[in-house]
Amino acid sequence: MYEATQKISKEHREFLKKVKRKEIAIKITQISLLIAFFALWEIAGRLKLIDPFLFSQPSRMIKTIINLSKDGSLFTHIWVTLSETLIGFALGTFSGIVIAVLLWWSDFASKVAEPYLIVLNSLPKIALGPIFIVWMGNGEAPIITMGLAISLIVTIISLETGFKQVDEDKIKLLKTFGATKFQILTKCILPASIPTIMSAIKINMGLSWVGVITGEFLVSKAGLGYLIVYGGQVFKLDIVMTSVLILSILAALMYVLLVYIEKKIIKWQ
Amino acid sequence: MRKVMVELSNISLNYHTIKGETEAIKDVSFDVCEGEFVGVIGPSGCGKSTLLSIIAGLLKPSNGSVRVNGKVGYMLQKDHLFEWRNIMQNVLLGLEIQNTVNENSIKNIEDLLERYGLSDFKYHYPNQISGGMRQRAALIRTLALKPDIMLLDEAFSALDYQTRLAISDEVWTILKNVKKTAVIVTHDISEAIAMCDRIVVLSKRPAVVKNIYEIHLTCDLRSPIGCRKAPEFKEYFNEIWKELDVHV
Repeated sequence: MYEATQKISKEHREFLKKVKRKEIAIKITQISLLIAFFALWEIAGRLKLIDPFLFSQPSRMIKTIINLSKDGSLFTHIWVTLSETLIGFALGTFSGIVIAVLLWWSDFASKVAEPYLIVLNSLPKIALGPIFIVWMGNGEAPIITMGLAISLIVTIISLETGFKQVDEDKIKLLKTFGATKFQILTKCILPASIPTIMSAIKINMGLSWVGVITGEFLVSKAGLGYLIVYGGQVFKLDIVMTSVLILSILAALMYVLLVYIEKKIIKWQ
Repeated sequence: MRKVMVELSNISLNYHTIKGETEAIKDVSFDVCEGEFVGVIGPSGCGKSTLLSIIAGLLKPSNGSVRVNGKVGYMLQKDHLFEWRNIMQNVLLGLEIQNTVNENSIKNIEDLLERYGLSDFKYHYPNQISGGMRQRAALIRTLALKPDIMLLDEAFSALDYQTRLAISDEVWTILKNVKKTAVIVTHDISEAIAMCDRIVVLSKRPAVVKNIYEIHLTCDLRSPIGCRKAPEFKEYFNEIWKELDVHV
């Protein structure tokens, strides 16, 4: 506000320029590193410094992408993994929020649930994979359940803690207005916990990828996890590397999207 | 005889924890009349705030009776504006809770914002305005509910000293103008003398009423800052200081 009405001084302009220059330098270095990495990989392959059969090669990965795109199977695999992740993530996050609200509502339920949550949280959820497969068959259901299971307990624990950290005096203020428990929840606890919820969501997104890929390793007929396992078994490292590359791009895009949504929602900061 | 707005008779309150029972307040009685500003002062942790919670109906006393003649408005130590709501949404909070948002109440709020210099900041978020403005917004949020009795619980203690003097002067003037009754809890002796018509001095826990002072100051301008120059000011200060019997 203050700076906008004033004429920018020479010193301040210099300062802004310096900040800008640093930003550009960081961006350029980041992009150069990426290009250098792939270029060195390609060159090392061509000069037979590394064996492209074991390490693959950017040019071979592009060829793989083109080949897999021709019959459309690449998009099927991407879609299968993406949809499984999103469904598992949404279910895990949603039910986590609902359960955390219920535990906030009832102190009794919260105390009863505490030891169970601790045990379930310590358990590596991947160990449950075979059980899900036996129960649900070899379709997408056990994979989605893995994506859900891996994020559910963390969500419950972190949100319940977040809910309880909301300033007692804010709640007292609402009580002086005569607020009901439901109003305290909707007017204060939930909006005050949006930053906590957003950080839980970001963590869950990452966890759901882990859950789904592991699920696909165990049982699947399609998906990026399936491609990775299949490629490994038939010793086609091109397929494995390509799948890993696509996976990392997808996960990064999803993260960027979440950060964007977070900025839109939390406009008061 | 003026109308009695708050009547506390023989109030006691005990806290229960696993470790045992604590007597917080013991046999406290006093009245607050219409238009009167009553200060409650006492050593820290003596149960001053607890007393306000009892008057507001947030806590039930273990013994004794409370009669409150009208609607109560509460102001807490910090402004507690919700940072995710803009100023307009914040001052509407109480009305929303009580389901009384309508054309009239919104008009009333617009007037209050205008009168107290906040109408240009309606759509600002709390972190974009000054501490004094935040305190005024908190006051409007309370006034929007048209309370008859204001309860101020260390309402200015989170502010720095200069702002605190200015804001307490401002709030006092506003409340006197609209002829509200007030119960003001503070640990600041000068603030109590400057703002109140009567001061109830509590002992340390369990709190009992040690003494009640009628404050009469001779000054041209009866406002918290103006009356600090009154010759009696220092005498009241010394007397209350002695009464509090502070040992560090």
